[in-house]
Amino acid sequence: MSTPEATARPSRLSRRRLFGLIGGTGAVGAVGAVAGVVGARATTGDASGDGSRGQVVEFFGDHQAGIATPAQDRLHFAAFDLSPVAQREALIELLTEWTNASLKMTAGLDVGTGAVTGDPSAPPDDTGEALGLAAAKLTITIGFGTSLFTDAHGNDRFGIADRRPEQLADLPAFAGDALKAEISGGDLCVQACADDPQVAVHAIRNLARIARGTASVRYSQLGFGRTSSTTVNQETPRNMMGFKDGTANLKADDNDSMNQHVWVQDGDGPDWMTGGSYLVSRRIRMLIEPWDSTPLTEQERVIGRTKGAGAPIGKTKEFDTVDLDAKGSDGAPLIDLKSHVRLAHPTTNNGATLLRRGYSFTDGTDDLGRLDAGLFFLAYQRDPRTQFVTIQNSLAGNGNDVLNEYIQHVGSGLFACPPGVRAGEYVGQALFT
Amino acid sequence: MPEALSKTLTAAGLLTALVVSGCSSGSSTGGSTESGADGPITVDAGDTNCDVSTTQIAAGQHTFSVTNSASQVTEVYVYADGDRIMGEVENIGPALKRELIVDLPAGTYQVACKPGMVGNGTRTALTVTGATPSAATLDENLQNAVDDYKKYVNSEAAALVDTTKTFTDAIDDGDMDAVKAAYPAARLHYERIEPIAESFGDLDPLIDMRIDDATDGTEFTGFHAIEQLVYEKATLKGTSDLAKQLDTNVEKLQTVIKDVDFTPLVMGNGAKSLMDEVAKSKVTGEEERYSRIDLVDFAGNVDGARYVYTALRPALKEKDPALVKTLDERFPALVDLLETHRAEEGDKGYITGSPYVSYDDLSKDDVKALAVEVDAISEPLGQISGVVSSK
Repeated sequence: MSTPEATARPSRLSRRRLFGLIGGTGAVGAVGAVAGVVGARATTGDASGDGSRGQVVEFFGDHQAGIATPAQDRLHFAAFDLSPVAQREALIELLTEWTNASLKMTAGLDVGTGAVTGDPSAPPDDTGEALGLAAAKLTITIGFGTSLFTDAHGNDRFGIADRRPEQLADLPAFAGDALKAEISGGDLCVQACADDPQVAVHAIRNLARIARGTASVRYSQLGFGRTSSTTVNQETPRNMMGFKDGTANLKADDNDSMNQHVWVQDGDGPDWMTGGSYLVSRRIRMLIEPWDSTPLTEQERVIGRTKGAGAPIGKTKEFDTVDLDAKGSDGAPLIDLKSHVRLAHPTTNNGATLLRRGYSFTDGTDDLGRLDAGLFFLAYQRDPRTQFVTIQNSLAGNGNDVLNEYIQHVGSGLFACPPGVRAGEYVGQALFT
Repeated sequence: MPEALSKTLTAAGLLTALVVSGCSSGSSTGGSTESGADGPITVDAGDTNCDVSTTQIAAGQHTFSVTNSASQVTEVYVYADGDRIMGEVENIGPALKRELIVDLPAGTYQVACKPGMVGNGTRTALTVTGATPSAATLDENLQNAVDDYKKYVNSEAAALVDTTKTFTDAIDDGDMDAVKAAYPAARLHYERIEPIAESFGDLDPLIDMRIDDATDGTEFTGFHAIEQLVYEKATLKGTSDLAKQLDTNVEKLQTVIKDVDFTPLVMGNGAKSLMDEVAKSKVTGEEERYSRIDLVDFAGNVDGARYVYTALRPALKEKDPALVKTLDERFPALVDLLETHRAEEGDKGYITGSPYVSYDDLSKDDVKALAVEVDAISEPLGQISGVVSSK
């Protein structure tokens, strides 16, 4: 590959120095120039008949890619903590470097001077495991955790505490939460989605490498089998419980709904978030063994839908309207009062709804020989306080969603994902200017 | 606790037996091959023996006079085939004597003595001869199972009230040792009927919530709130009001539980959810995070599930003999495994009042072995509700 900044600078310039030049100090043209090259490569990729694997999702735009983008097949999510000694300048430099690297990787290109084309006497800029692989619809979405604004000791480390949106209020404790600190929170998050797992892993690996010395990975999660359809064209996938998940999800191709429920609107809060969205992540462990030994009718009662077609109980087809008032011949509600579908339904939650973008995960087995599997829940929204929090309050706790008998929330994150990036900018730039 | 005893006797023993036999409680007809037909049958319940004065009796109503010669509290069961409970008497203190009245149709039975009130017990076979009643129909079997279970749940609720009172009385007395000694027994009775208690969504949290459930606006109350103060904070300060509330709430539970309508389906699902509870929070050591008596809760859940199974067993035997064979093997296997973790005063890992070691004393391999057995039994248990609800 060849990009203006890569060829213009001799290889004795360090990678870090290089990126610093591009992002922070008026080398805006360089970023724009990369975009031009990206466009050319993307066209070639599509024309090669490589199918979806060659497709490039545009990096620049009003919104960050990876939110309204039709959900790809694979996920690698990572939360990062800034080094205790990192200052504001280091954070800005990191975001600039991440922006440049993301721009290239999402285009199917190597980071920096490439995996094999840089100075042979130095470690390559790109780790190389995506060499020869197409872009695979890679998207990289970056978010800012609550601790970036004010750390655990109440310190405003980066001079942005007063710009924290009200919507980014710490999530309350929910009944039954079994959260582990080591897989919760994080100063920054990166959601990398692609149709090829190696491409997604390559993205996180290289961003983590770039971050060394400034930020380190707090936890990361691989996901497979997207668990929600985010457009009308996508068939509803099944989660690890074997049920279709996300039938009633918001559809990202419905602009009105997206503006109403997902994108932060002008006047909602600080301007730097307009066009962005708030991400809630939850690592939801499923208790697979008890679930698997539960009778089908009980499984269906718990969920409130049939396992086969995914139809609401009492209906026959997946997209039949959920009728929460329907009663059986015995006068009892067809959809159980404590079923997941009922309690998660917008009508139960003041109309609250989310754009869900979760993935299944399986991290081998735990020390009891049980499948460590479940759902890495990801949901985007305009205001977590009235959306995720409202819904989760309906669901959480022993007396509520009967599904709680079979799941446990073990990880949690809340991130402000700033709006999209224009050529010459870095992700979240408006927060720092 | 004479009151507790009489409740146990009445609910779980006499009435159960009457329903099971489906015939009147005529006295036993004396015969030359039977001994002790006219007087009570004596049972010597020791630490390692369970001596019954006669091993052959005539069909009809019998009184077992049980003497506890063991060094600890004991209980005695009369089991029919498949450990179906014909009668039981619990909480017999050392050197005490209690009576157990049971109506026994012809068949083979086992008298089981359980020092420490845990495990499968030491057993003596008992043969009952005489007229064999005609076999019950499937519907009768299911109805009997429902009646049996209702009595079991009510007697456990009564025992919960009594054992909780012992616990809260100790709190009132400010006697920390007595508080700790009484805690496990109360928990055992709650855990045996947990799925039924949980169906009361307002009461269950007040009695059994975990600290993680005490979120904004919810006060941390119930057993575990006291548990935290006693075991983690090592104080009785602040327990008095919690104890009063707890008494009130378990009494309320006992009252409302009387109106629960059970069905075979509810029972089957309840047994399954008891094992799910074990899998989720007992085997993982989450439930009793301050006292570490998780194995007591574990045993309680297993007891509750096993009772459901044995009550439904005659019906299951007719409909799915293979399932019965599997469960007949797996319950004792699980109980035997649990038994390997018993501890007495002076043993490593002993906790006051608990017949089992502290959860912290279990190795990773121990926990894994228990988890494997729990998962193994959950599979066939999950099939019960389907079998009993099929035509």
